[in-house]
Amino acid sequence: MTVAISARGLTRRFGSVIAVDDIALDVPRAQIYGFLGPNGSGKSTTIRMLCGLLVPTRGTVNVLGYEVPREAETLRRKLGYMTQRFSLWDDLSVTENLDFMCRIYGLDKATRRARMEDRIRDYDLASHANQRAGTLSGGERQRLALAAATLHDPELLLLDEPTSAVDPQNRRDFWENLFALVAAGTTILVSTHYMDEAERCHRLAILDHGRIAAEGEPKQLARDIDATVIEIECADLTAVRRVLATVPAVRSVAQLGNRLHVLVHRDAVDPDRELRALLAGPCADARVERVGATLEDVFVAATLLRRQDVERAA
Amino acid sequence: MIWFDRMFAVAAKEARQLTRDRVTFGMIIGVPVIQMLLFGYAINFDVRDVDAAVLDQSRTSLSRQLVGDLQATQVLHVVREADSERELQDLMQRGDARVGIVIVADLERRLFEGDRPAVQLLVDGSQPSLENIAQGLSSMPVLQRAGAGATGARPFEIRTEYNPERRTAVQIVPALIGTILTMTMVIFTSGAIVRERERGNLELLITTPVTRSQLLAGKLLPYVIIGLIQTTLILAVGRFLFGVPMIGSFLDLYLGALVFIAAALALGLFISTLAQTQFQAFQMAFVTMLPSILLSGFMFPFEGMPRFAQAIAQVLPLTHFNEIIRGITLRGATLADMHVPLLKLVIFLVVMFSLAAARFRKRLD
Repeated sequence: MTVAISARGLTRRFGSVIAVDDIALDVPRAQIYGFLGPNGSGKSTTIRMLCGLLVPTRGTVNVLGYEVPREAETLRRKLGYMTQRFSLWDDLSVTENLDFMCRIYGLDKATRRARMEDRIRDYDLASHANQRAGTLSGGERQRLALAAATLHDPELLLLDEPTSAVDPQNRRDFWENLFALVAAGTTILVSTHYMDEAERCHRLAILDHGRIAAEGEPKQLARDIDATVIEIECADLTAVRRVLATVPAVRSVAQLGNRLHVLVHRDAVDPDRELRALLAGPCADARVERVGATLEDVFVAATLLRRQDVERAA
Repeated sequence: MIWFDRMFAVAAKEARQLTRDRVTFGMIIGVPVIQMLLFGYAINFDVRDVDAAVLDQSRTSLSRQLVGDLQATQVLHVVREADSERELQDLMQRGDARVGIVIVADLERRLFEGDRPAVQLLVDGSQPSLENIAQGLSSMPVLQRAGAGATGARPFEIRTEYNPERRTAVQIVPALIGTILTMTMVIFTSGAIVRERERGNLELLITTPVTRSQLLAGKLLPYVIIGLIQTTLILAVGRFLFGVPMIGSFLDLYLGALVFIAAALALGLFISTLAQTQFQAFQMAFVTMLPSILLSGFMFPFEGMPRFAQAIAQVLPLTHFNEIIRGITLRGATLADMHVPLLKLVIFLVVMFSLAAARFRKRLD
């Protein structure tokens, strides 16, 4: 079997709010699958339904061949879960936390000692082994949480925004660790709202208002973007913005330093030439160029622009 | 066995955290000791040295002996001699005397004839528990002293069984075991579980293979041991500081205590399934505490309460435990003698634990 997680028609309501709305999902094994979306897009709710913490209002979930939530207890032995918040015990030391989690997973004494040694070495925790978890830095806590989640060699790791409290260097190291786990055959599902992290995933689902707005490999998503991406460099960007505001085909404008990043409707023919002509008068020095889409462009096109289209249609 | 391994892993973790939380740990030892000292020394229903004034209209050697006898009980302390009824009234009104002793002029004749009272005790009814004292004093066998015992003007005497010296500590200390256990068991356990929910530990724990019963049993086990330690501590302080006797068997007492501890833990557990924050848990625990202390017969006699209060008291585990513990420690009863309150405790335990278990889910919704 090559699919680790498969969900159909997955829906969850909280009262009158629909947090997750009819999601279909296929997560391949031994890959990193990303959930990219803003807060409240349904990432955490989906992950919690996948590991049986929440019961779906509708839909079916199959994880590693087990039906969830019915067989969630059996699944739990093969599952590692890292919560959004650090959820190990602040008043226990690094080794005490790890030892406790080993016992909870029912590892025997020899295995316990070997695994703890491995994780402390792999995740660079040796110098903090006897330190209370509450006094660790953000990055160290993250490594400890990952070490604890992998003690029982889970087949599937669910990581809910694991790096939200971690600096860039530690995030880099954290992802190196994830790739090492994938190389060893682990499937990882990670949610994030960082574009650079999403870019590192093998596959990606962009979540928006409880729905999957786009799904695929990051490169493929950039290629298939539902818009043309144009970059404009100019001394007087305010003037450029004024011109762009009059062009109906322009969907979104974002500034990056002294450049403007513009998404144009994909039906527009030769939009770069048209813009160049329009800008020739007011901003003679403007340099207009067609560029490849970034993941952020994909995200904006899949969420913001799609919503505009829906509103317009209605 | 792996079931017990997991349960003990949870228990060991809980115990380790407890020893690190110095405030909580201090409370576990400190609360019983402070309460013991407070209740044992400060709260005292025995009254001594009540200020009294005497109006002696007889002025005979017998009347002086009578006043001397009253003083000798140490209950009364004669501070003033009044010359008239008017003066005695004034003394009492100002609060200079709480008790007035009026000895009539024809004391000897009245004592001999025995049909009319010879001594009148005026009691300040605005003060609690003084009334009882007067009752006690009035039964003093004055007549023997007068050499006229044969007439027997006061044919009855009061004898207090099981606590002949009527010391408050003897009544209070055994009941303190239940009161202190209620405090620590209900407050600390409900807090301990809600704390893990508040800090997010529970979200992680419930995604592991640990089962509901392992988790709950493991969390409660350290508190059972703490409860038994507290019981021992109170018994020891009661014995050595206040001379509270222990007539029944220790085995019966600890078995009874164990059932009560389990009942209190079940209540704490139930509260933890209702409360979202530690503060809420503390408030809820407190709401159950107050009726426990007031209605369980710990402070006030159960028999004097209105019916609805008695009904509430029947629901409280402390009421039944106080019954059991006083029976065993002071009256030398066995647990079998105490089967009625014991059964009520067991019913409370089963109902509360079922409610808690039904509400505690390994899920977030």
